[in-house]
Amino acid sequence: MALAKLKSDATEARLAGVTLPEGAAWSNAARADALARVRQMGLPTKRDEYWKYTNPSELTAAEAPKAVVFDAGETPLFDAVDRLKIVFVDGVFDADASDELTGEGVEIERLADAMAADIHWAKDLYGVLETRGQTPVERPLAALNTALATDGVVIRATGKVAKPIHLVYLHKDETSDAVLHNLVKVETGAEVTLLENGPAAARFSGCLEVEVADGGSFHHVRAQGRDHERRTVTHCFARVGAESSFKSFTLTVNGVMTRNECVLEIIGDDAIAHVAGVCVGDGNDFHHDDTVFITHDALNGESRQVFKKVLRNGATGVFQGKILVKEGAQKTDGYQISQSLLLDDDAQFLAKPELEIYADDVACSHGSTSGAIDETALFYLRSRGVPQYDARNLLTLSFMAEALDEIADPTLAEELRDRLEGWLARRS
Amino acid sequence: MLEIKGLKVKLEDEDKQILKGLDLTVETGKVHAIMGPNGSGKSTLSYVLSGKDGYEVTDGSAELEGEDLLDMEPEERAAAGLFLAFQYPVEIPGVGNMTFLRTAVNAQRKARGEEELSAGDFLKEVRAKAKDLKIDADMLKRPVNVGFSGGEKKRNEILQMAMLSPKMCILDETDSGLDVDAMKLVADGVNALRSEERSFLVITHYQRLLDHIKPDVVHIMADGRIVKTGGPELALEVENNGYSDILAEVS
Repeated sequence: MALAKLKSDATEARLAGVTLPEGAAWSNAARADALARVRQMGLPTKRDEYWKYTNPSELTAAEAPKAVVFDAGETPLFDAVDRLKIVFVDGVFDADASDELTGEGVEIERLADAMAADIHWAKDLYGVLETRGQTPVERPLAALNTALATDGVVIRATGKVAKPIHLVYLHKDETSDAVLHNLVKVETGAEVTLLENGPAAARFSGCLEVEVADGGSFHHVRAQGRDHERRTVTHCFARVGAESSFKSFTLTVNGVMTRNECVLEIIGDDAIAHVAGVCVGDGNDFHHDDTVFITHDALNGESRQVFKKVLRNGATGVFQGKILVKEGAQKTDGYQISQSLLLDDDAQFLAKPELEIYADDVACSHGSTSGAIDETALFYLRSRGVPQYDARNLLTLSFMAEALDEIADPTLAEELRDRLEGWLARRS
Repeated sequence: MLEIKGLKVKLEDEDKQILKGLDLTVETGKVHAIMGPNGSGKSTLSYVLSGKDGYEVTDGSAELEGEDLLDMEPEERAAAGLFLAFQYPVEIPGVGNMTFLRTAVNAQRKARGEEELSAGDFLKEVRAKAKDLKIDADMLKRPVNVGFSGGEKKRNEILQMAMLSPKMCILDETDSGLDVDAMKLVADGVNALRSEERSFLVITHYQRLLDHIKPDVVHIMADGRIVKTGGPELALEVENNGYSDILAEVS
């Protein structure tokens, strides 16, 4: 009881003085419901099983820890891509820096506008998938996002969306605490690509809810920048229909604290869902956590989780990944791999791979490894004249390749690969 | 070209002497073969010359054109003109064969103070050489050695050799795991590279590779030393009588 009391006191302390953004009746109700759920669940502490490897205290603290604004001095990612750009500065939409919110085969609105409309499709999505994603594991920070989110976009793809939609998250204020919530609804047979990058704020909570209808396709490529002091928690909740495709890839470089949760539910037959990530961390204060939960609740579904982490100098990487195959989800093909490349003895990787299967005709595999650079391969490259430093970088890229291969668009994959190569080459 | 004197090598981690005072001279433009039973130290010799970790040189020297090899990093030895065709070529997932080749070629050129090869020139050269070795475009695109058959891996080694055009080539049991046709293809590749400026050291268990790559000199190695040196007829003697007669004769 003492613990529960402690938890509820901490939660109340965090919620003291918060005011919910106002909108239409349905959105006010959704936010109030989310807030009530946060109170009921309590905010996470490091004593919670789901936060065993990642201390959430900086994510739950009433005040965001300060973060120095970082300027990489390099061309922003995806700049060369022909895309529809939507810019947020410290969590606030910047109309001047953004393109007009129109595009072929797509409707885009600011979250606040959608939430103010009495009748809107967003009603059936906002907080809905997040709520579904609260069982069997509670994710109170996601509910907190639903309650408090001040900005974001709602996207409805009705056809093949010609250009990727690119959300750019700029960070300019050392103390900013941003809460963004985005919705993506992919209608039957529609296709859309969503790009996201940038630190967003000193502390950032991002929540993305994605509904992919039958035959729809959602492609997501995200890069969490090189900002050293960033604290980020993101949640992606997705529900995918028959013969649909969901692919999400995240690149994370640096950052004091990053927790990315992805909760996917396959509800239609013959659907595929892939989640992949690469993270590169250097230093004692680097902490990166990928937490993934994929539920198969339909026939012949294919899911893949591919996570690769390159860690050194006391950096910590965490992977918690689960595949749940429900009764009747026959012919499921589930694959999960999490691997770390530990470049020295101080780095650590903590992995908790899980399978829970209630169908009897499925193929599920999982693997998790930690290792150093392969000395035999290193010698092979050096014996061909490649200097040791370059050879190590080449092998590091080689280690990440399986995850990078999950990016369906070759141009985007190439850009991230080049960027990684450049970053690796600089780090001596 | 290659001059080895009194080379003594032990394993770094255990007290085990492998090479026990090896002397060997390979003249420029010549093909030397080293034959010997299992455990005689043939592969160790190739690794020590190319700079693999795990070995400790306790005595002796090895020079390539008068330069002390043993003092150089593996990549420096490569740039100086040494090439080892591996017995077991290494698979490197995620690195395209072409990227690997180009990185290696340009790294060596850079180390020698030469200009890097342009993408166009490189491509032209690699295509021509790959064709001779029956290496198709797909094999060039695929990750280094990943999913290659035994023969493809060895052909890929020879392609690297052709692209890097080293002065001193060491072939470590290049015939292992090859069928007759694949061996012929590999041997043709090697023979095409034979020249007055380039030397070869062919390490093998069996005589049959030497039917295709005709050596000028044959050495028999046993227990960490060269115990007998002769012409091509020495290889035939091994083929007919095994090693035991020769070993009995020299002991």
